Amino acid sequence: MTAPRSDGAEPEAQQPGSVEREFTVQQRSQWKTIIRRFTHHKPAMISMVVFFLLMVFAFAGPLFWKYKYDQVLKKPLGGNKDWIRPSWEHPFGISKGYDVFAQVMRGTQYSIRIALVVTVVSVSIGVAVGAISGYFRGFTDSVLMRFTDLMLVIPYLAAVAALQRNVKGSTWLWLALFLAMFGWMGIARVIRGEFLSLREKEFVEAARSVGASAPRIIFKHILPNTLGPIIVNATLAVGGAVLAEAALSFLGLGVKPPDTSLGKIIEVGKSKATTYPNEFWWPVLMLCLISLTINFIGDGLRDAFDPKQNRVRA
Amino acid sequence: MISFIIRRVLVSIPLLFLASIVAFILVVNTGDPIEDLRTKPNVPKATIALREHELGLDKPVVERYVSWLGKAVHGDFGKTIKNQPVWAQVRRSLGVTLRLVLFAEIVSVLIGVMIGVVSAVKQYSWFDYGATTGAFLLYSLPVLAVGSFLKFILAIRLNRWIGRGDDPLIKTIGEGTANFCTASKPYNCGFIPSVTDFLSHAFLPMLTLVLITFAGYARFSRAAMLETLNADYVRTARAKGLSERRVIMKHAFRTALMTVATVISLDFGALIGGAILTETIFEWHGMGRVLVESINKIDPNLLLCWFFVTAVAVIAFNLIADIIYAVLDPRIRLD
Repeated sequence: MTAPRSDGAEPEAQQPGSVEREFTVQQRSQWKTIIRRFTHHKPAMISMVVFFLLMVFAFAGPLFWKYKYDQVLKKPLGGNKDWIRPSWEHPFGISKGYDVFAQVMRGTQYSIRIALVVTVVSVSIGVAVGAISGYFRGFTDSVLMRFTDLMLVIPYLAAVAALQRNVKGSTWLWLALFLAMFGWMGIARVIRGEFLSLREKEFVEAARSVGASAPRIIFKHILPNTLGPIIVNATLAVGGAVLAEAALSFLGLGVKPPDTSLGKIIEVGKSKATTYPNEFWWPVLMLCLISLTINFIGDGLRDAFDPKQNRVRA
Repeated sequence: MISFIIRRVLVSIPLLFLASIVAFILVVNTGDPIEDLRTKPNVPKATIALREHELGLDKPVVERYVSWLGKAVHGDFGKTIKNQPVWAQVRRSLGVTLRLVLFAEIVSVLIGVMIGVVSAVKQYSWFDYGATTGAFLLYSLPVLAVGSFLKFILAIRLNRWIGRGDDPLIKTIGEGTANFCTASKPYNCGFIPSVTDFLSHAFLPMLTLVLITFAGYARFSRAAMLETLNADYVRTARAKGLSERRVIMKHAFRTALMTVATVISLDFGALIGGAILTETIFEWHGMGRVLVESINKIDPNLLLCWFFVTAVAVIAFNLIADIIYAVLDPRIRLD
């Protein structure tokens, strides 16, 4: 795909210096190929657009929306109900005096914010552990991998929930850090595998033979070659973190007020799921959208980086 | 083979021991079990000290761990903060969870593997595209959404559709009818009524679990099957003139099953502690409930026992996966 193919069918083409083709072949770098493959993956591109709109909704929305999440609206409530049906003024209605649209925007924002912190921290830990383990092998590798196995034995959500119980004050950042603390093992194993195979390649041997130090080989020679799996796993980690956070908050073990998240709104709204669906189903829908788009984007990235197992040919 | 198994079991024991230390550290950091008592006004110091002594909180953490471990290896997991034996409660919940998870797992494995294999054999057919897309969507949907949809929308429609809108056949709450079989209702105590009652409660949570897990198996077995279908020995089998059916079932499927079996075993271990959300949505009193309650009420012994049981499950099924793989794959050297 990258190199122009000469198929020697034409006798003239064989003559040196006078290569003539019916069409010109543009040279593409590796990154250009990857980006091209990704942009040709339709579900992934649609998901990119939807996810971008979700980000706008979550981060820019609250700045422009006329009602704030904590603004108490004094509207007449019918009978003994504490909610009002949706209208143009309030697209998701009003619940307990608050505009649900503003609540959902803020919840989405917190969910994405938590997920991004989780991803950055857990991918950093995972890559560090995997790289050290895979590059140095031997005793270091055994210790780190036994530790990884140990962390995998403890159920992820339960461990985070247990630690989160004791957090007072602002909870979302702690929740994100705990989720990262117990969520780096998968990526560590992937990166270790990559390092184990790449460290035996000729270019690493060449670097070693000219006297490059271990950190230099790790950062300059091997790490850039593992960027594909890192990007794919980081993308999927965002989706995983959003769902894990939502699960914990839904169980009542995640974020606590004044913080919020999609899971928290769902937990509050679940008692009215059949009578007043807006506070329940809108955040559930947001959750589905985030999870689906992230998975499609991850799928597209995987196909783009690893053409061997592709389903989409570009 | 036996020495291989013994060696793997021996490796698992230190892992379990270390896991119990991690679990203890987590439980110690969950919070103060008698926080309520401390913050309440007008509680005499002696009462607090007495309660502290009862729960063993006056001793250093290491001593607490050692005494817990000493009792735990003898099967004594202590008492909850309400002075109930922990193990009885966990065992009951484990039973509830197992009933749910076992059946759901079997169904999703059967459906998942079947769909995966068929879509691999008929790669790029309409069935393959449909199944792959469907599996991908289900795989990506949150449990929360699937469960809520089944509970709040589908169940009501289905009950109305079969004409049981007022007395719903498909139950959305709990793992069984309370006081189903008592002296006043002896007609409920037979085998068939209790099975029917269980199924009417279990239908939705099982469907939820099946929907979210079968998709993963379908994807996985499709990939495994495609890999073996392109292998050289499958081409050899075809070249020998074997029937297509024999090539697929005897040569390709058997090998693909090997990797699928390991994944299933690993998954099952995780499921015992992992059906928390499904159990919570449908309000089952299983392991999920134990976890949420023990953390909310800061019940150290109960939480420790929960961690212990799930860790044993995960380690045991890792072990089983290893053994399955070793038994099925002749390339694995046992020594």
